[in-house]
Amino acid sequence: MKLRKVAVVGAGITKFVRRAQETAKELSYQASKMALDSCNMPVEEIGCVVHGTAPDAFDGVHMKGEYLSEASGGWRKPFMRSYVGGGTGVFAPINGWYLIASGMFDTCLVVCEEKMSSCQPHPQGAFLTIFDHTTERPLGPNLLWIFALEMNRYMQVHKIPLEQIALVSVKNKHNALDHPSAQLGAELTVNDVLNSEVMAWPVTRLMVSPTSDGAAAVVLASEEVAKKITDKPVWISGVGWDLDTAYWTNRDLYYPEYVEKAARMAYKMAGIKNPREEINIVEPYDPFAYKELHHLEGLLLADKGQAPRITAEGITARDGKMPVCPSGGLLGVGNPIAAAGMMKICELFWQLRGEAGKRQVKNSPRTGLAQAWGDLMQVGTVVIMQRKD
Amino acid sequence: MLENMLNLSGTALEEEDFRTQRVFFTTDIPKLEYAWDCGVAIGNYLKGLKQGKLWGTYCKKCKRTVIPPRVFCEICFRNMDKWVELKDTGTVNTFSICYVTWDMKKLTYPQIPAVIEIDGATKGKGILHLLAEVDPQMVRVGMKVKAVWKPKSEREGAITDIKYFKPI
Repeated sequence: MKLRKVAVVGAGITKFVRRAQETAKELSYQASKMALDSCNMPVEEIGCVVHGTAPDAFDGVHMKGEYLSEASGGWRKPFMRSYVGGGTGVFAPINGWYLIASGMFDTCLVVCEEKMSSCQPHPQGAFLTIFDHTTERPLGPNLLWIFALEMNRYMQVHKIPLEQIALVSVKNKHNALDHPSAQLGAELTVNDVLNSEVMAWPVTRLMVSPTSDGAAAVVLASEEVAKKITDKPVWISGVGWDLDTAYWTNRDLYYPEYVEKAARMAYKMAGIKNPREEINIVEPYDPFAYKELHHLEGLLLADKGQAPRITAEGITARDGKMPVCPSGGLLGVGNPIAAAGMMKICELFWQLRGEAGKRQVKNSPRTGLAQAWGDLMQVGTVVIMQRKD
Repeated sequence: MLENMLNLSGTALEEEDFRTQRVFFTTDIPKLEYAWDCGVAIGNYLKGLKQGKLWGTYCKKCKRTVIPPRVFCEICFRNMDKWVELKDTGTVNTFSICYVTWDMKKLTYPQIPAVIEIDGATKGKGILHLLAEVDPQMVRVGMKVKAVWKPKSEREGAITDIKYFKPI
């Protein structure tokens, strides 16, 4: 099948906050409207809408996609919701990409929104039902368990000290100080991170992203339309996604094979032979500090067990050779699940156009990669974006 | 672009806003009840647990024995070939020491969830369970453990028929 070229031509985002006065519809509308206005596109010229939002349980609204459709510019349009848990924010633009690449549409508005705060007393309650109802839930698991179990396995296999993992929190929360959406930007030391409350050893409080309300959106366009809108289109040059088994206790959690498969699919499509040389800026999914490292390895951007080393060497700092999470990531900007992944797509768009302001990386990037992850530690979603000079 | 980034939408609410009724909200507690049928494979697994036994299933094409058992092999996508009785001992693959509940309340005694590779299953195939009768600081990956069962009369065909695993 001959695929058409697809560009990102506009982006919009709200603030990420612990509890927003705005409803889910109002947040979706604000991000959508900002994305449309940023490229002067009237909603009438949008051919189709893709909406990404994670569990209905957060809002307590069944069929949340349909509920949010008109707030996402979807009134009387071809509309679809896409959803793979935490991987949604990078999966939704993949869905939008193929609606245009296939030739079916010339424009697509992709909107991701999450309002986690509605779920009482704590949004983590919405995650309790991801565990198997017969073999796991009677044991009383909570979401921290699976992250702590995966992190410990990763640390044990590679003999990684906690200090090196804490560096990711320090870096990302520092970067977030320059993001206008950020919920938890901070100047911290490694000791601050290590000495924060132990929640589920080896995870401490400052190694965990917050729960958030927020939304983010992009406008996608075919080559013909994109060239009329902007002289700085950012092309989606590769996409990949992959799911592993939900029998998560039957896998070695030290390495995310499914992320590697998703990355290889995207690299092949983008014609990338040597990712470490060709990817100039990375926004991997960082809901917990170790996840950034785990994902850099799965994305083949570091050898297995070596992501902590390149972090300690400053390679992944905003002014490093391969900046990682220059946005501030989920750890710093916040984690409204689906919107957090889309925030990463927006960041690449602004960075590749040189519009990231104080966050602008110094290595004048041509190619960037965004990745998200989710479900029972089983889904990897990858998008590669490129500017052409 | 940079210009409209300076004034983003999204209004953070504080305790004060609710106390002074600057903002309003409504609440509801939807009541949903479920009864989950355990199915063929897990049904047999639970029957085994009631008898104090752990069962897995074997795929002869992929040459692997898995637990929890399933009726189909997700790799070669055909029926599993036979049931295999496993031991109630195993090895700690990974663990955590959890100090909080799901809604972030402090626990008096930490819980020690672990993935336990079960003896008799293919290496790396394990289940989620809890560790106890051990100093949390002494738990190690690679530690050998054994199931501590509820007394026979109290077992009900549930994963909790194993109270926890303890070091051997």
